[in-house]
Amino acid sequence: MSRRDMVAGATAAAAALTTLPSGARAGSATADKPVMAKVGLTVNGQRRELELDIRTSLLDAAREHLHLTGSKKGCDHGQCGACTMIVDGRRINACLTLAVMHQGSEITTIEGLGQPDNLHPMQAAFIKHDGYQCGYCTPGQICSGVAVLAEIKAGIPSHVTADLNAPTEVSEAEIRERMSGNICRCGAYSNIVEAMTEVAGRQA
Amino acid sequence: MKFDTPAGQNPIDQLKVVGKPTDRIDGKFKTTGTAPYAYERHDVVANQAYGYVLGAGISKGRVRAIHVEDAKRAPGVLAVVTTLESPRLERGMMNTAYLFGGDVIQHYHQAIAVVVAETFEQARAAAFLVKVDYAAEAGKFDLAAEAKGAPPVPSDSGEGSGGDGEERVGDFDGAFAQAPVTLDETYSTADESHAMMEPHATVAAWDGDKLTLWTSNQMIAWGHGSVAKILGIPKENVRIDSPYVGGGFGGKLFVRADAVLAALGAKAAGRPVKVALTRPLIANNTTHRPATIQRVRIGATKDGTITAIAHESTSGNLPDGDPETAVSQTKLLYAGANRLTAMKLAHLDLPEGNAMRAPGEAPGLMVLEVAMDEMAEKLGLDPVEFRIRNDTQVDPQAPERPFSHRDLIGCLKLGAEKFGWAKRNPRPGQVRNGQWLIGVGMAAAFRNNMVLKSGARVRLDGAGTVTVETDMTDIGTGSYTIIAQTAAEMMGLPLDKIVVRLGDSDFPVSSGSGGQFGANSSTAGVYAACVKLREAVAQRLGINSADAVFADGEVRAGNRAVPLGDAAAQGALSAEDTIEFGDISKKQQQSTFGAHFVEVGVDADTAEIRVRRMLAVCAAGRILNPKSARSQVIGGMTMGTGAALMEELAVDTKRGFFANHDLAGYEVPVHADIPHQEVIFLDEVDPMSSPMKAKGVGELGICGVGAAVANAVYNATGIRVRDYPLTLDKFLERMPDAA
Amino acid sequence: MRSFTYERPSTPAEAAAAVAAKPNAKFIAGGTNLLDLMKLQIETPAHLVDVNGLGLDRIEATPEGGLRIGALVRNTDLAADARVRKDYGVLSRALLAGASGQLRNKATTAGNLLQRTRCPYFYDTAQACNKRQPGSGCSALDGVSRQLAVIGGSDACIATHPGDMAVAMRVLDATVETVDAQGTERKIPIAEFHRLPGDKPEVDTTLKTGELITAVTLPKPVAGTHIYRKVRDRASYAYALVSVAAILGKDGSGHVAFGGVAHKPWRVEAAEAALPRGAKAVTDHVFAGAKPTHENAYKLKLAERTLTAALNQARA
Repeated sequence: MSRRDMVAGATAAAAALTTLPSGARAGSATADKPVMAKVGLTVNGQRRELELDIRTSLLDAAREHLHLTGSKKGCDHGQCGACTMIVDGRRINACLTLAVMHQGSEITTIEGLGQPDNLHPMQAAFIKHDGYQCGYCTPGQICSGVAVLAEIKAGIPSHVTADLNAPTEVSEAEIRERMSGNICRCGAYSNIVEAMTEVAGRQA
Repeated sequence: MKFDTPAGQNPIDQLKVVGKPTDRIDGKFKTTGTAPYAYERHDVVANQAYGYVLGAGISKGRVRAIHVEDAKRAPGVLAVVTTLESPRLERGMMNTAYLFGGDVIQHYHQAIAVVVAETFEQARAAAFLVKVDYAAEAGKFDLAAEAKGAPPVPSDSGEGSGGDGEERVGDFDGAFAQAPVTLDETYSTADESHAMMEPHATVAAWDGDKLTLWTSNQMIAWGHGSVAKILGIPKENVRIDSPYVGGGFGGKLFVRADAVLAALGAKAAGRPVKVALTRPLIANNTTHRPATIQRVRIGATKDGTITAIAHESTSGNLPDGDPETAVSQTKLLYAGANRLTAMKLAHLDLPEGNAMRAPGEAPGLMVLEVAMDEMAEKLGLDPVEFRIRNDTQVDPQAPERPFSHRDLIGCLKLGAEKFGWAKRNPRPGQVRNGQWLIGVGMAAAFRNNMVLKSGARVRLDGAGTVTVETDMTDIGTGSYTIIAQTAAEMMGLPLDKIVVRLGDSDFPVSSGSGGQFGANSSTAGVYAACVKLREAVAQRLGINSADAVFADGEVRAGNRAVPLGDAAAQGALSAEDTIEFGDISKKQQQSTFGAHFVEVGVDADTAEIRVRRMLAVCAAGRILNPKSARSQVIGGMTMGTGAALMEELAVDTKRGFFANHDLAGYEVPVHADIPHQEVIFLDEVDPMSSPMKAKGVGELGICGVGAAVANAVYNATGIRVRDYPLTLDKFLERMPDAA
Repeated sequence: MRSFTYERPSTPAEAAAAVAAKPNAKFIAGGTNLLDLMKLQIETPAHLVDVNGLGLDRIEATPEGGLRIGALVRNTDLAADARVRKDYGVLSRALLAGASGQLRNKATTAGNLLQRTRCPYFYDTAQACNKRQPGSGCSALDGVSRQLAVIGGSDACIATHPGDMAVAMRVLDATVETVDAQGTERKIPIAEFHRLPGDKPEVDTTLKTGELITAVTLPKPVAGTHIYRKVRDRASYAYALVSVAAILGKDGSGHVAFGGVAHKPWRVEAAEAALPRGAKAVTDHVFAGAKPTHENAYKLKLAERTLTAALNQARA
């Protein structure tokens, strides 16, 4: 048996006998029973009570338990931004937080921003400027877009803010930098910036 | 409807709806999160369980044993299906690697098991309890090492950009030897990943021996047949539904492991199962654009007339795989009496190489258009002028075949004018703005226009609404909208009287989405069906169909005007047809053309490259919807920028896999990488292409743009790097001294 | 992700005691790295102690004229704090160069210090990695190593610390404050907080089991131009190939630390005297003894040129 035989695990998967991760308890060959927890969230203004496997991400709580599937799972590892929600006033990657850590949180998902016949101005601007193609990253882009304009207004600086001690202002460069946590593989970036610029102008 | 003569005047030419920059009709669903993607189909079937796919941890060899006892005992687990439980399953259409079954491992992260449980959390946890014993074997993973002995290969990519291995016209060797100005350079392009935002995903449900898959697939009819073949069941027992596809770029042309394992998992668990490939699995489990090593030789007279041109490419793939057809465009793009194109294919044990947006042309033009830039410099010619001087209006390999319509020169000239090309300093490394070395570059864009048979069904109801059904997909391309525009134009209706239903294998077979053939082919199919419906309406109303005018929601003939819906007052009227293309596309060469202009800044200290300005001018027949077509082009420009500057699946040539297999490791462009992008479409029609007189634009945008970026980088720095992507480490040693 | 139990204590002492009391327990704050790793079973805690209820989210002036940053201050809030922006620009800049807006809204000061490497082999559980599975070997040594360490590595590991914030804190001479289950408080100079891999690459820091970070203190501000220059392949949302955190005077004198080059923020104070003589004199000293791989040798040149860029910026 070669060394490769020994170390190669099934992957997805630490899996194999010999690939027990560091810190794991040796000998714990079977999965433990799921730990369940009650979680109360306010989602899009509605109080929702859930009983969840404690491992459930906020994203999966929304998508699989509340059937709010507007927030997308693109990577499940905080690398794409498709899951962006606005939680207690801040945009976050819902895939990288546990629902149980958000007891009592106020959560806005894309469904809470607007509906097909009652669009949020950012949603309408995305349609007007064709700021999307396949649509999969779009809810995350829009949630981020709404939060980004609020962040600029709140004076939070960014990597491209030239003077850290001056008030922050909306510009194309600021939008591009701040939106960079939302990947669009279809490449709608140029149009998204136009949509956000229009909404920012309208807000001003 | 047979399309075998050039299109004459037809109702589309009214351009009341077609050709307008209409907002997408699916926009309000996509922007509100209400458009349903495959993994989200809670509505279609109850009691869905969750499947979690395991990938092989070796790159080549055999699976000796899979120990599933612990996983099966884990809480919530309903079933575990392993690859050892069945012989190797048949492959679907265009699959090179086998998707499941048997003990042979062909590539890293090949699917070897699916664990099905009540919840996602349980399935994922149990998957980590599966233990696998492998017998690993040595493999070949290094293209550069295998290229030398690689055999020549004939090929057809299946997407129309194929070739026949080595092709010669005239006497290349003699002409090249005699040419007063020559270029002979070798370039390489990297393995690239589609990295669409929606992972491959499927919900599978069995009803007796009938299987339904709600999945994410670009080509429904191919998928339909492939699933039946892979699972060994009759095609009539399979239904595929894919109304929304979260990006494909070629990565979802073919059935993948998610569909197969959802079906097998559902069978084993006795209930519906949904499966999404996890992001870290996608790069190695699915397909990618293969890396290439390309050699280009160009010989020209002193005044810049090409007399000899050769383009050779070597790529690798698994056994039975195809080459990356990177030489295809070189057969058609420029004149030159003496020509050579050839491909070689090395055997590699990396994951399957297959089509990714503009297969062939994307890496091929990345190289050819840099070589043209280098040659122009040798000749002391402006690169725009050099290309114009070598334009051809006929197929250079078969001069009796004209291009149906070719205005590359128009693209080049308009682009140069709009971009301010005349202000360019042709001497590289001369323009500086603060820390930035500034450069501009350009390249030609070229992609063939393919046409595929495409069907649709249209139904008029008493309310005057027309419903279009076709298995065409909308992968972000705007199919919903342009199909609605086509039906509206044909039936004289406003857009809101058209309902479009896509992506269901119960609907008539369409072209599907790929090879930039979808928009023109599928709308032509809708056109054909609408022609039939117009006839049926006229007949029902007792009007001579030749006299009937469909406008403003009415059918008019002479003094008579009847609301369209009246024709369906006694029952819906339905018509179905398929557009079939005769050999019209063989007699004349149909292609799309463009010109890319790019300005970059290169940091004088760190050699970081940032794109500052981008312009594309495109000539692609009638533009059905300038808004969604523009999006297609900027999307291609963005992906091409990624290919030029950052995208590379990092091959571990020892262990045989792509090491950077997630979206943190495989970098694609983010917002901050992409400036404002301008796109201009030439106002033209191509009656040879279809009744729509349109051609494809979905891939034209990526073609050549990477070379324009690279040429701009050279203009900025004076450093010519021929190994793409142009990451800063390749420049540092040659950058001017930091000051 | 393995099943775990969960609690949310309300004081730091309780939290430290909770982790000490259960085997294989871990703190969770922002969770942006820990949950990422738990999904891949690279981390498999049996018990999570959620520290988000502890307070520790304030930034206060210290009697010494510096700042005390609570462990749970979010990256966004730390970067946006007016005092940090004014007096510790290098820290603000480093934070803003890292990750994405969404991640910075969640990630905490303590968690950022504790983020684990992004080495592709650490992340791939089918591959040998001494950091993930001690004794299994290091695939990176002869594998894909373009991003990895050029100095301070060992035959067991060439991983890098992937963060930006810690590099700025290193040049600022920050101190990490902790408390353990016994209530014992400890102050760890940032230079001693992260380890080199040596033959124990599985251990990233000098924290003891159950020891909880409560704050990071910064000494009083250092005058000069505060610069954080991060070099990466794409323009945003990417880990550093090389970064430079510097506080420089017009004559070039000052302090500098490098990121993206080692298992910890890399600073050689003795080299800083050479700063007025230009970058090469400094980086020759800072990177003496570097052992790059074939794939990452460019980082040495890049570090030099990036420092040059910083020096130019300071002079401008």
